[in-house]
Amino acid sequence: MQYALSILLSGISLGGQYALIAIGYTMVYGILRLINFAHGDVFMAAGLMMVYLTSFLGGLLPAGLVIPAGLLLSVALTVILGFVIERAAYKPLRSAPRMSVMISAIGVSYLLQNLATYVTGGLPQMYPEIPGLSKTVTIAGVSTKWVTIITPFLVVALVIALTQLINHTKIGMAMRAAAKDFETAQLMGVKLNAVISVTFVIGSFLAAVGSALYFTNYQSIVPLSGALPGLRAFVAAVFGGIGSIPGAVVGAFLIGISESIIKGSSWSVFSDAFTFALLIIILVVKPTGLFGEKVTDKV
Amino acid sequence: MSENVLKVENVTMQFGGVVAVDNLNLEVNKGEIVALIGPNGAGKTTAFNVITGVYQPTNGAVWFQGEKIVENHPQGKMKAMYKGEHAGEYSQVIAPTPDKVTRLGMARTFQNIRLWKSQTVFENVLIAKHCRTASNVFSATFRLNHKEEAAQRANVEELLETVGLSDVRDELATSLPYGKQRRLEIARALAAEPKLLLLDEPAAGMNPQETDELTAFIGEIRKRFGLTIFLIEHHMNLVMDISERIYVLDFGKLIAQGTPAEIQNNKRVIDAYLGVSEDA
Amino acid sequence: MQRTNQKGARTAFLCAAALLLIVLLIENLSVFLPAASVPKIFQSTSMLFTVLKKGVVYSLVAVSMNLLNGFAGLFSLGQAGFMLLGAYTYAILTIPVASRDTVYYIYNGSAINFSLPEIFGGGPVGLVLGVLLALILAGCVAALVAWLIGLPVLRLKGDYLAIATLGFGEIIRAVLQWDKLGPVTNGANALKSFPTFSSFNVQNDAGQVSLRLSCFVPFLLSGVCIAIIVMLINSTYGRAFKAIRDDEVAAEAMGINLARHKRMAFCISSFFAGFGGGMFAMYANQAQARTFTTAMTYEILLIVVIGGIGSVSGSCIASFLYVAASEWWLRFLDTETVLKSGFKVPLLRNGFRMVVFSVVIMIVVLFFRKGLMGDKELPDLFRRRRKEGTAK
Repeated sequence: MQYALSILLSGISLGGQYALIAIGYTMVYGILRLINFAHGDVFMAAGLMMVYLTSFLGGLLPAGLVIPAGLLLSVALTVILGFVIERAAYKPLRSAPRMSVMISAIGVSYLLQNLATYVTGGLPQMYPEIPGLSKTVTIAGVSTKWVTIITPFLVVALVIALTQLINHTKIGMAMRAAAKDFETAQLMGVKLNAVISVTFVIGSFLAAVGSALYFTNYQSIVPLSGALPGLRAFVAAVFGGIGSIPGAVVGAFLIGISESIIKGSSWSVFSDAFTFALLIIILVVKPTGLFGEKVTDKV
Repeated sequence: MSENVLKVENVTMQFGGVVAVDNLNLEVNKGEIVALIGPNGAGKTTAFNVITGVYQPTNGAVWFQGEKIVENHPQGKMKAMYKGEHAGEYSQVIAPTPDKVTRLGMARTFQNIRLWKSQTVFENVLIAKHCRTASNVFSATFRLNHKEEAAQRANVEELLETVGLSDVRDELATSLPYGKQRRLEIARALAAEPKLLLLDEPAAGMNPQETDELTAFIGEIRKRFGLTIFLIEHHMNLVMDISERIYVLDFGKLIAQGTPAEIQNNKRVIDAYLGVSEDA
Repeated sequence: MQRTNQKGARTAFLCAAALLLIVLLIENLSVFLPAASVPKIFQSTSMLFTVLKKGVVYSLVAVSMNLLNGFAGLFSLGQAGFMLLGAYTYAILTIPVASRDTVYYIYNGSAINFSLPEIFGGGPVGLVLGVLLALILAGCVAALVAWLIGLPVLRLKGDYLAIATLGFGEIIRAVLQWDKLGPVTNGANALKSFPTFSSFNVQNDAGQVSLRLSCFVPFLLSGVCIAIIVMLINSTYGRAFKAIRDDEVAAEAMGINLARHKRMAFCISSFFAGFGGGMFAMYANQAQARTFTTAMTYEILLIVVIGGIGSVSGSCIASFLYVAASEWWLRFLDTETVLKSGFKVPLLRNGFRMVVFSVVIMIVVLFFRKGLMGDKELPDLFRRRRKEGTAK
């Protein structure tokens, strides 16, 4: 029972972290129809920035301020990174075939990974302990970190805020319009570039928050740290129905829990294989996912 | 009865709650030119898509050269939603893919031209010959089929000569002027060696002179290849000139059929076109 | 048309033969001439030969990916997975029986106790036949798995297909590293001791190399495979692939069976990826699942993009450029350098090479979207020049 609870807890917290990444995938896909392969690496970069910022700020600020300042700055820098990536690597290709944009995304991912290798010298970096999050707590006999408990609540709060933003603000309306029909939205005077930038900003912001939660759990960061969580989050987005934010969140929690169950069983080698098998099954059986809308081709 | 090439039998096509084609019945006899006309959104292209296997009808059957090639009945969710007639009459499901229908001997053109953009005129027509290739991938790769290949190439040259496109054979298909692209699409369909040619608005976007040329061209290829032709068209000049019989569709329903003269004087047809004849 | 085709084929054949001869010559310079008179670049330890070998293996894999992405329009990212299958099949079938206990020491020996070169009687004949058969089987295994994967996956389109094939690549990697398959695949450990390209060097009685073939052999193998792919592309089936790429709806309406042709393209591409995977194992002297990651697929994809999607010769040229740049020409970026004046060149240290390299790739992707060749082939360039010449 205790074992089951601990697996469930870690699954939920993992799921919450994936959810924050998955939203970035699903929003970008909803508007640009682009699998942003670099998103997982943005997530990794957010973690690395935190590492370097705290060691840099450590000499400048009083000890109590280092972590909060580092967190704020790393989130801000990640948002800028996401914005710059979109402007530099995706915007010039707006009229190009979708495959070119996807290749560009792969190129950015490659660049970020190589950059991370260069900066870290290929050595794993230790994520700083965030007071409050890293402390252990015991629930029903299971000891776990605070981050595990906080994650799901934080995710739910952020998702509610995000849905409010999308449903009740002008920019949110523009985002919905662009997701529905790119060209018509443009004809109706929606400033597409601004909408797309906002999408990337939100996605990167959530990825940065997700990385703080994720790396508090798994402390070491290597250049490839973002690749697998990124792919799993993408699978979650597809599972929930790509383009749908609630779908991505539900999908992410399901993926997180099943991953944690498999990791706890004797089949742990296959946890990634399972995720992908799930992806393929969904794509083949119900390509629109749990909450996605159907799109038909016209002859 | 046995001489009809194409027979559409009680075909209903329903998308969700919308009935796009409602209990359509029509026949096209061997050697005829038959036109399907109707206002925009009447369901003409949908009917074409059902005949060529792009869509599976909700109910009904299609016969080609005496053989039933398409059949379906309302299933699943559609069972409760079905609004058409003849619901209990069909029990089989025959759903060929478009390529199979083409290999049976029915080739089509598209309303919005769909040529292979990166290929030359010659290649566009040659590719359509692929479905008549007997050789497998191994013998084709290792050139064991060079006789067949040479025969196909010669055949395509001849075809291009016939349709008057040999002078542009090495140009990219998309670099041709509009009228010639239409002609190329017809040539491509002919290369698939059809018995029945389906033309979806062949004169769309053409000026009167081009339309006249096209009218002559269609008559010519029918004679030369012994074709049966079924076409959708808005240009009434062309329709009245070349078709032997006309079917009129409005809101998915067949409202009239007959010779051009009969249709021109049919009150329901004139009403359907808002009382204005499109003779202009 | 027909006649110019034949003439073109003959020219291409002659060029390929000449290329092979040149490769054979330069790799044997150091064998035939006295060591002192051979320029450093042609000595057998030169980086040149490593680049040539890896480049030619990558050429084959890149062309096989181009067949799928560039000619059939199926955006698949499973290439590394199929290479992995090929590499393992090749290795498992060719490790000499005597070495199996040392290779599989963790699992107390191998479950498979034969070796193809030995079945064919060992010696040079056995080596050639055994390696060739093993490589063909490597391709067949990859093609068979591709066929199975294709059943569900090929119904997907565009980026969904890409992500599903990427997933399958990862699944294949996980399965081959599975402990329970250890006696066959050696688990997560490397397979080694199988015949490599160097095994083809001819030695005299004294044990010295009397004729080097370690570059010639991969060039020959890749050359034949690429020639077959080119012939396929120019056949009626290749034309059908291009039709599917340009407009699926029109292709289907013109009688091309989409499912069948897509499956065909997928299996053939995977066959050559598997064959190339076997050759990659020969180049690397070992096969380990860990090396065949998604990053490798991306690498090959980037080669295809740099060369030009839809250009076979572009893929080949880009492979050599890519390998040469990453393994050889840009090496200096990785070492800290202090100039004579005592000035320490900034930024240069381990890893900088790949950063510069990925920036270059991004520049190509963004600003030279058509790559080196676009969808043209080398002969096209000459042909146009000749036409311009006659026009004057």
